Amino acid sequence: MLRLRTCLLLGVLLALTAAPALAGPRDEARRHVEFGIEVAGRGLWREAIYRWQRAVEIDPTYAEALNNLAIAYEHEGDLDKARTAYEKAITLAPGNQAIKQNYEQFKEINERATAAGEK
Amino acid sequence: MNARLLLAKSSLVLVLAVVAAACGATTQEIPVETPIRPKLDVTPFQRVLVAGFLSGGVDDVDGNSETVRLLRSQLRNKSGLRVIDADALPLLDLSTPKVAPGTKPKTEGEKAGVRDEKDLEAREAIFADVAYWKKIGEEFQTPLIVTGTVMFTAHQRSGYVQREEETYDTFGRRRVVPVRTYQERKGYILKPKFVFIDGRTGATLYSESFREEVLYPANQTTPALSSYFELMERLMPSFLNTLSSQKVKGTRVLLK
Repeated sequence: MLRLRTCLLLGVLLALTAAPALAGPRDEARRHVEFGIEVAGRGLWREAIYRWQRAVEIDPTYAEALNNLAIAYEHEGDLDKARTAYEKAITLAPGNQAIKQNYEQFKEINERATAAGEK
Repeated sequence: MNARLLLAKSSLVLVLAVVAAACGATTQEIPVETPIRPKLDVTPFQRVLVAGFLSGGVDDVDGNSETVRLLRSQLRNKSGLRVIDADALPLLDLSTPKVAPGTKPKTEGEKAGVRDEKDLEAREAIFADVAYWKKIGEEFQTPLIVTGTVMFTAHQRSGYVQREEETYDTFGRRRVVPVRTYQERKGYILKPKFVFIDGRTGATLYSESFREEVLYPANQTTPALSSYFELMERLMPSFLNTLSSQKVKGTRVLLK
């Protein structure tokens, strides 16, 4: 019984000490991503862009953050930046259907805008 | 032993519940409005004159007057330009069709009818008549002039057709699935060409052509004018985007 208690105590201590070490750049970036989603939902797209840019700076392999950043650029009419962000996101997460679908919808608008610019 | 096992199971369930709550939903759909810049810089103009159109095709629809009326109404509501009210120019009467060398010029009776695009193309030289458009511009205080051609024709098509069926997945995202069926259908084709002319110089600033078609089951009777408006409605955002910034509405999926 005493051995079991000791093991449990050690386990809890190990978990508590390991937690900060495991909370790497992705966790910090995720906090920015989540806050960005919250403010975007309230229409504060510039703040959302800042948050998602920070997330990508912290973790450049964060495909979901790049996806969100691309959406925000779309909303702001910055289509070149949106395309670059989408393409990076797809390269990082080629199997992510949500990113692919967002990109397909973006391309329709981008083609229309590009055609308009060329004429 | 049983108590210990029960305790372990309860702890696992609790941990899983806490993890699930902490993670929450990983996707969130959000509406977006993408602004698209106008194709044409209209800042030098305060007024717009929808002058008139060379039109042809179905007899039931007066392509000139209907197009003038529709565009004026749209521009009044959706552009920052003041729309000039004036009679639509009878461009068919004003334009002279180009006649190939050696061909006998058309009689007055033949001249009136515009049956196909070739008939319209033969008259399009009027849009390059800088002196004529400059004169019109001076008459209306140098506005931006909108003119062009409108071809609205009936057509029918039978056989296996592929129609698109909309479905929505569990995230509410739209998907289009092709479905093949045999149908006898009839409908209309609308081919407008919009020409934008600088009323100060008479020169063409920009022109754009469109093609839209609609088909209905053969047993359905749809008035030509109703189809004309249906097709015009489809290309109106593109037309308006020439003169003013437009916002394209859609939804995207944000990810955590």
